[in-house]
Amino acid sequence: MLKITNLHANVGDTQILKGLSLEVNAGEIHAIMGPNGAGKSTLSYVLGGRPGYEVTEGSVEFMGQDLLDLEPHERAATGLFLGFQYPVEIPGVSNVQFLREALNAQRASRGEEALSGGEFLKLAREKAALLKLDMEMLKRQVNVGFSGGEKKRSEMVQMGILDPKFAVLDETDSGLDIDALRVVGDGINAIMRAPAKGVLLITHYQRLLDYVKPDKVHVLAKGRIVTSGGPELAMQLESEGYEAVVA
Amino acid sequence: MAEAATLPTTRDEDWRYSDGEYLAASNPDVINHWRTIEVPAGETRSEHSMHGSGEASDGMVDRLRVHVGKGGRFEAFKTIAAGRYARVEIEVTLEEGAHFEFGGVTLGGGDKVQEFVTCTKHSHPNATSNQVVRAVQWGQSTGNFLGRIEVARDAQKTDAAQNFRAILLEKGATANTKPELEIFADDVLCAHGAAIGQLDEQASYYMAARGIPPEIARKLLIQAFVGDAFEAIEDEATRERMLERTLSELDQATV
Ligand SMILES: Nc1ncnc2c1ncn2[C@@H]1O[C@H](COP(=O)(O)OP(=O)(O)OP(=O)(O)O)[C@@H](O)[C@H]1O
Ligand SMILES: [Mg+2]
Repeated sequence: MLKITNLHANVGDTQILKGLSLEVNAGEIHAIMGPNGAGKSTLSYVLGGRPGYEVTEGSVEFMGQDLLDLEPHERAATGLFLGFQYPVEIPGVSNVQFLREALNAQRASRGEEALSGGEFLKLAREKAALLKLDMEMLKRQVNVGFSGGEKKRSEMVQMGILDPKFAVLDETDSGLDIDALRVVGDGINAIMRAPAKGVLLITHYQRLLDYVKPDKVHVLAKGRIVTSGGPELAMQLESEGYEAVVA
Repeated sequence: MAEAATLPTTRDEDWRYSDGEYLAASNPDVINHWRTIEVPAGETRSEHSMHGSGEASDGMVDRLRVHVGKGGRFEAFKTIAAGRYARVEIEVTLEEGAHFEFGGVTLGGGDKVQEFVTCTKHSHPNATSNQVVRAVQWGQSTGNFLGRIEVARDAQKTDAAQNFRAILLEKGATANTKPELEIFADDVLCAHGAAIGQLDEQASYYMAARGIPPEIARKLLIQAFVGDAFEAIEDEATRERMLERTLSELDQATV
């Protein structure tokens, strides 16, 4: 479903990704772990087409298309969702307005009809309930004044509403309290665990993986995947640390 | 009147960012004409206006002198999308406890010069004023806000606020602002803020990452930005109409 081959990418003049290869099949959830500064967020931004992240070599195929050939909003419309490590605040724009524009833009690009205000609110209410987020939060400005955990949870509501085919979730578990972690874990399973969907889960902690069981675990260090394994690899990393496992 | 015979030039403080060529070619009687409004004590008067890009193509100058009686309120909400030179000037004198509320938006491209010039005279105690101006410029255009505030010696408890922010969509665009405070009383609050910048790139990308195309993202961000200027419009329908008409001018933008 997502096939990354020999990916090299620069941020400014610095090479961050140095020959990264990875394949996620439909129906699979893969976890990516790795030390701070390894390039995990860079990978997510490169996949999302963020300006300033320049691919110098390699390819990314997403559902049979050349992903790197698409504009950022087109990538989203083909079903790619990026969960941000640091969700962005947008003063003056409400979550409802933001998400309705986003959903209807995606629908339009797939040749589907726009949802009416009422239909949209019904969907939003349903997804907010799934993530146990107060509907009032969705009437507020996008992420403005949200706590760290609230931002992460509202991103998962966004994911629920947009219903992507593939999600790259960058440290969605950071900043969540113990109960919220379970709610978010259950949410990810409910929204993304499906035969035709896939997930790339970037995390530092085993805990999230107790709720969202990965099919594969990869270690990203110094811009490449240095080792891969099953769920037991995450356990080993947790107890022994990166240095021991990667060396 | 001696005033009527002369034309202002860009050497005059209040006209320093204006279009000298346009002024030189203008009819002094038109440039020096002031409309007047008298707001009786305790009453409210409002003006909403839209100077659209379809208006007089070489320029317009609108000057308004307002006197607000005790406890009265004058509100003005205006958009300038016109050019080549467009100036809206308001001079307000506030009696005791009176209020002046102003929201202005300049929005344009090409080589348009668009400006708001206000002079707020707090001549008596306890009067308040609040001014919010937003500029959205592209091409080689210029958006200006010159806001002068005069607080007389016995105008204690004056509360005067001004806020100007500009977004320059392209490199060649310009924004100018200069607050001028002349304060002769000591128990006075004058808040002033100004910022000139670009469209928030992080917010634009966040929108793109959710599937919102660049032109819609830009419109949403500009809507949120200029919305500040109309926030004080109480009637929701009026507020939305002002916002809609202002945003429709954005469609002229080629960037
Ligand atoms: N704009 C930038 N300019 C220069 N270097 C950058 C920029 N953005 C990221 N980097 C560098 O790229 C490297 C990888 O950063 P990245 O954010 O991808 O790491 P990460 O694996 O997500 O780390 P963490 O676990 O801390 O989130 C870091 O060394 C970082 O300093
Ligand atoms: Mg990171």
